[in-house]
Amino acid sequence: MKRSHWSIPYVVFLTIFVVLPLVLVLVYAFQDGSGHFTFANITKFFTDSDALSTFAVSIEVAIENTLICILLGYPAAWILANKDLNRSAVTIILFIMPMWINALMRTLATAELFNMLGITLGKGTLLFGMVYDYLPFMIYPIYNVLNKMDKSYSEAAQDLGAKPWEVFWKVTVPLSMPGVSSGILMVFMPTVSTFAISEFLTNNKIKLFGTIIQENINSSMWNYGAALALIMLVIIGISTLFTDERKEVEGGLI
Amino acid sequence: MKKFLAQAYIYLLLVLLYAPLVFIAVFSFTESRVLGNWTGFSTKLYANLFTGDMQGSSSLISAVENTLLIALIAAAFSTLLGTVAAVGIHNLSARKKQAVTFLNNIPMINPDIITGVSLFLLFVFLHISQGYATVVLAHITFCTPYVVLSVLPKLRQMNPNIYEAAVDLGATPGQAMRKVLIPQLRPGMVSGFILAFTMSLDDFAVTFFTRGTIGLDTLSTYIYTDARKGGLTPELRPLMTLIFLIILVLLVVINVRQAKMKKTV
Amino acid sequence: MASSDHIIDLKHVSKRFGDKVVLDDINLYIRKGEFVTLLGPSGCGKTTTLRMISGFLAPDEGEILLDGKDISGIPPYKRPFNTVFQRYALFPHLDVYDNIAFGLKLQKVPEDEISARVRKVLKLVSMTDYEDRDVESLSGGQQQRVAIARALVNRPQILLLDEPLAALDLKMRKDMQIELKEMHRELGITFIYVTHDQEEALTLSDTIVVMNEGKIQQIGTPTDIYNEPVNCFVADFIGESNILKGRMLRDRRVAFIKHEFDCVDEGFGEDVPVDVVVRPEDIYFTTDPAKCQFKATVNSCIFKGVHYEMWVDTDTGYELMIQNYDPYPVGSEVMLYIDPDDIQVMHKERIRNVFEGTMVDENHVEMIGGVFECLPQAGLAAGDHVRVEVRFEKVDLQDHQEDGVVAGEVHFLLYKGDHYHLTILTEDGFHIWVDTNDIWDKGDLVGVNIAPEDLKISRSDEA
Repeated sequence: MKRSHWSIPYVVFLTIFVVLPLVLVLVYAFQDGSGHFTFANITKFFTDSDALSTFAVSIEVAIENTLICILLGYPAAWILANKDLNRSAVTIILFIMPMWINALMRTLATAELFNMLGITLGKGTLLFGMVYDYLPFMIYPIYNVLNKMDKSYSEAAQDLGAKPWEVFWKVTVPLSMPGVSSGILMVFMPTVSTFAISEFLTNNKIKLFGTIIQENINSSMWNYGAALALIMLVIIGISTLFTDERKEVEGGLI
Repeated sequence: MKKFLAQAYIYLLLVLLYAPLVFIAVFSFTESRVLGNWTGFSTKLYANLFTGDMQGSSSLISAVENTLLIALIAAAFSTLLGTVAAVGIHNLSARKKQAVTFLNNIPMINPDIITGVSLFLLFVFLHISQGYATVVLAHITFCTPYVVLSVLPKLRQMNPNIYEAAVDLGATPGQAMRKVLIPQLRPGMVSGFILAFTMSLDDFAVTFFTRGTIGLDTLSTYIYTDARKGGLTPELRPLMTLIFLIILVLLVVINVRQAKMKKTV
Repeated sequence: MASSDHIIDLKHVSKRFGDKVVLDDINLYIRKGEFVTLLGPSGCGKTTTLRMISGFLAPDEGEILLDGKDISGIPPYKRPFNTVFQRYALFPHLDVYDNIAFGLKLQKVPEDEISARVRKVLKLVSMTDYEDRDVESLSGGQQQRVAIARALVNRPQILLLDEPLAALDLKMRKDMQIELKEMHRELGITFIYVTHDQEEALTLSDTIVVMNEGKIQQIGTPTDIYNEPVNCFVADFIGESNILKGRMLRDRRVAFIKHEFDCVDEGFGEDVPVDVVVRPEDIYFTTDPAKCQFKATVNSCIFKGVHYEMWVDTDTGYELMIQNYDPYPVGSEVMLYIDPDDIQVMHKERIRNVFEGTMVDENHVEMIGGVFECLPQAGLAAGDHVRVEVRFEKVDLQDHQEDGVVAGEVHFLLYKGDHYHLTILTEDGFHIWVDTNDIWDKGDLVGVNIAPEDLKISRSDEA
């Protein structure tokens, strides 16, 4: 047997458990309850002001969260990757570790901390909690790219007369964009799609898009739920177009 | 000065990042049922956790057991499937390799909720009643890609003639696999297993959608329901603290392994 | 001192990385407009020297002068030098034009001047019409040209080149060598070039600085370095050579391979041990018994393209390499002679190993990172500092590191006609020199033993 055939079981597995389910999302999204083809689920979303406003809020929160994560995370990643400023591998592990802890647990811990400090749960705490949840996902891919970046680029820039801040803006930042874009991918999409987290952080005051998908599926409105999931898939498709460095996502998780 | 500012910034972020975790850990050492209310040092919550002596204890204990068992089965199966798949993918032609790698990336890029909802629809469509088996299958689905990605680099580093060399020296294909290939791939398989295990432990959304209505709880779904009911079961505090510690240890182990591997390459 | 034509002076420059001394008291000057090559094996300190000139490393000791002024406090971006990096370091996010214009834009040069200068320099490196190309779409040779253009467009006083041709294939390397040489002539600026390729150095340079283990071995023109190497390292590193043990009998008379020869060297003294270098193309065949200095039997003969390379066994039992345009059949007896001009006599760097040690007890001495057994030493007490001499041929090498008192590896080896002369680098960083008839390869791991009776111990001169 040829060794390339060893991939067959997995390809079959992927077809059944990855491709087919996604096809089903598409199928269910364009069906009514009795299995007939319809656009009703899609049009329902675009005429449902509640759903639309949830969608808008989700995108808004996701954009804000992503921007704050870049602003806070880029300097941190840069410092961590700079051998003169940080020599400790432990600090890096400490920054990665939250990525591996259940977001739900961390969110509950945050919400409880807010409660104890007497901070009213709302938009502010939602953003704070989101940044807290997703900052490591921004820092790590940027750190990875910066850390692997060939030092000779910044030396070449200095050699050509660039002062340290010019090296940073004209070479380091542009060359680290793949890390930033995979960071965006890892922060933006999960923010839009989370459920549970926003409820806990706002005491059910603010719903995000993920929550309405979950509510519809749980109340057996599968077709509408599938249509909402499809809309989310379209957004994912669009945002991956902006980030062609899919490999960095892989590297960023390990 | 620059160094001082940089380090101050890093430590400030770490303090912020860890404040809630430390907060939970600190209050795991007091008996108070309300979080944030310090009623003196006590290890009673830890004791409760291990003796199972508490309110609703059976469901929490069984949730922990489910979580571990599901993670173990899913990680083991993913490692097997993923390793075999990686060997196959490594030997595919460039175009097919690209196609399979693309498929392999989908579960990693998809938000959990999409994976969860789509698998839910699959099980509904196939009329499979949801429960333990569907949760395990779902976990294998999102864990295996990580194993594939851990094993592939090992295959790339491997001398392509090493398998042929073993066969040339008289090993049967099976022996060549056992005595030459597997030992070369083992570090990648171990990393993949640990990754898959932690991914499975962490999961909430996928389990939530694929567990059905038989009352199957993992730790995350238990916490979710618990928190919705208002107020966390106090014994969750020591449990969460222990989980933080275990994850930290696992991460250190993986990183040390990887550092060592880089050295030997 | 008329230092006016010096553009760069390195004075007593030393550099350590941790415990390792990478540069040890380097003294060097470079004249304006010169093409200087720093040549040596990897780890010899040549790149470190270059990086100190460009400003990416600061010397631990000593100073670097530009036009007579110390530049240690000046950061790289203010130094009037530009570098062509080993792997070019072209910015992948910029196209060819923006890569080349990078430095000029930083200096706020007007846009039309930038474009004129970029065009001009692209013409110089024969890359006209490539302005808009993505640098990653260029071949290695093209990237190389862009890297040179990017450095030259800033009109540096010195162009620094760090193994710029190492990544190119042989044919391209030869072409680029010629182009670089022409560019140097055309521009008239100083080039400092780092390479480990001796042929490249000989082709390109006005002056070659041969380095090894953090020290300058020899500075000279290519012909000086080739014809008059000052030590075995240089002789072995540059070109092919026969390096042989010899004895200077008196001025202009030297003995080696158990024959006596006339030479042109003077001032060594009488009856002094020396090393002798004879290039393989400088041993001539003759049919005239009057010219014949010694006889030999041809042992092997290999065609090398332009010439034949032959190994011969002399009538006195030495092996020599000879290069000649005409082959001689294997097994034939030949008559040979060497011109006095072609015999290069060198001072021996050392005639035996000398180690610093400490007595452990009367039968043991600690040195070079191990404790060696010795004959009972009268008059020496434990803790006494001693000087230990060991003849090269008395060092015993073991195949397994654990079989030796100290462990090391073969760091450098020379064939001296009838035996090998090895430099062993121990794990603790000591050097041991060994003469042996056994065959070893560079990098072999060995254990080192010395028989008790071969240690010549005397009280150290210092108190």
